[in-house]
Amino acid sequence: MKVQDILQETYTALSANKARSGLTILGIVIGIGSVIAMVSIGQGASGTITASIEGLGSNLLTVMPGTIQPGSGIVSSGRGTGQTLVTSDAEALRQISGVAYISPERQSRFQVVYSGNNTNTTVIGILPDYEQARNIGLADGSFITDANIRSVARVAVLGPTVAQDLFGEGNDPVGKTIRINRLNFKVIGVTQTKGSAGFFNPDDTLFVPLTTMQKILAGGEHLSTIAISVYEKNLMPIVQEEATFLLAQLHRVDPMNPDFSIISQADILGTLTQVTDTFTIFLAAVAGISLIVGGIGIMNMMLTTVTERTREIGLRKSIGAKKKDISMQFLAEAVMLTFLGGGIGVALGWILSILVSSFAGIATSVSFSTILLAFGVSAAIGIIFGYYPARRAASLNPIEALRYE
Amino acid sequence: MIECKRISKTYKSGEIETEALKDVSFIINKGEFVAIMGPSGSGKSTLMHIIGCLDTPTSGEYLLDDKDVSKLTDDELADIRVQKIGFVFQAYNLLPRATVLRNVMLPLVYAGVSKEERENRAKEALQGSAFPENFWNHYSNQLSGGMMQRVAIARALVNNPTLILADEPTGNLDTKTGEMVLETFQRLHQEQGRTIVLITHEPYVAEHAERVIRIRDGDIVEDGKVKNRRVINNHNHNAK
Repeated sequence: MKVQDILQETYTALSANKARSGLTILGIVIGIGSVIAMVSIGQGASGTITASIEGLGSNLLTVMPGTIQPGSGIVSSGRGTGQTLVTSDAEALRQISGVAYISPERQSRFQVVYSGNNTNTTVIGILPDYEQARNIGLADGSFITDANIRSVARVAVLGPTVAQDLFGEGNDPVGKTIRINRLNFKVIGVTQTKGSAGFFNPDDTLFVPLTTMQKILAGGEHLSTIAISVYEKNLMPIVQEEATFLLAQLHRVDPMNPDFSIISQADILGTLTQVTDTFTIFLAAVAGISLIVGGIGIMNMMLTTVTERTREIGLRKSIGAKKKDISMQFLAEAVMLTFLGGGIGVALGWILSILVSSFAGIATSVSFSTILLAFGVSAAIGIIFGYYPARRAASLNPIEALRYE
Repeated sequence: MIECKRISKTYKSGEIETEALKDVSFIINKGEFVAIMGPSGSGKSTLMHIIGCLDTPTSGEYLLDDKDVSKLTDDELADIRVQKIGFVFQAYNLLPRATVLRNVMLPLVYAGVSKEERENRAKEALQGSAFPENFWNHYSNQLSGGMMQRVAIARALVNNPTLILADEPTGNLDTKTGEMVLETFQRLHQEQGRTIVLITHEPYVAEHAERVIRIRDGDIVEDGKVKNRRVINNHNHNAK
């Protein structure tokens, strides 16, 4: 039996009972559609997180005081609680080869006021290298300069959220004077929007020279973090190791059990993608259940069809159809049903994901591999759930089948 | 060309064994028109299934075109059926949602014949069974019983089989249309030299054949030429 003949038989058989075929297909449509929609939401979420983590600066290592207990999470660890990191540590790290920028940072929260508007925000003391290391872009004005550092200048660069909170829409903050912790600072620039990265919003920050932070605002020589920007991604493990040994030596501690931690973006990303992957799998599993229900619908319909067409099967066998011909014919019907369902389901799932992102504001992404997978799964369901009815049809005895009433 | 040598068939159902055929032997030559006759339960259906390669005997040999087919597997039997046997059933067994042409072409699909040739051979077969051309593209469920049976005959003819096996072909038809069908068989036998085996329980139908094999309780009780053969005159029939 040729493929073309099988297709013609399949078409005739399915179109003979349009309502039943349609309803059976619907089961698969819902299954595949929901898998596509759910996976697209999961992938969209993971894409957003990856993009925003990478937006914080590429090839970045972060040195933090204190140790991070494995398993307790690295995202919301108590940054700035330890006082072991100092400015000289940062200077020493510059000597490691492969390091592009070193950005020592001191972070604290202060009340910031501008003519009656006030906000409580994260104030970070930084060096000019911060701009490159953390991948910051300026929307307006200028960034903190070496001269600012040397002169312990009372200048500030605002994150866009802070600028918005203090000055409102459409007002230029550059040149204005704000009060941080009751001290006057002159605004010299505003940074570009970067978007939130999970637990830390880089837009809701305010930058001052590191020296100003240490000497005037917070007091004390210690640092909250040191960001190390590495030239190339594949150098990161080496730099991380060298930095660990160097700092351990400076702090006179065992490098296996240091009083600081160095985490890479890959670590943060790994933890977050683990979360989103689990989330995606969970969603896909829920949707997958409806797919299985759809598959059972296919099997149910095929079994009914085989019973209804027992005489036809008997006739086909008596005029020379082999077992293979019969089983292929019924398998083709099941696969055709699931394939049609898969096609419509992909379209429906795609539309759903677009609706979700435009109405609910959740980022979604439908990837080619998801679509391919959906088609593969739907064809597989056709084969799995069509196999038993097809075999049953093929193994019918022609004599008994011809007598069947 | 058809030779049955001491064929027996026993059905087992649990502990009870039923002997449907007991040591049946006969030869049907090429070009013969034979009726196998017997009351229900006589074993004529079992014999038909064996002759039609739908079933194999418990013991004995069945030679079809000098080939022993009594010990073949299901798929090998299917191969024999598609090449050598044309079935005509009492209940027509046409595909209801297919046109007359597609019904007739169906055996050729399983024989692996190309699409163009299928159509040519189907048209030839339909002409052979005297099926009116203006109904070729009708769906088979829109036809009368006599018409359907002629489609079934064309389907049996289409793969040019060694043997046409008709199982009570007039059983669902009234006398007049039944005669039309029997006339078709007689004509195919006479004009094309087809070998036809007709299974029936009606003496009247059997009298249209040349030779009758009577079966009772799984045994042949009579085998000989039909004495007063009924020959339906083609011209007279058309004149009615």
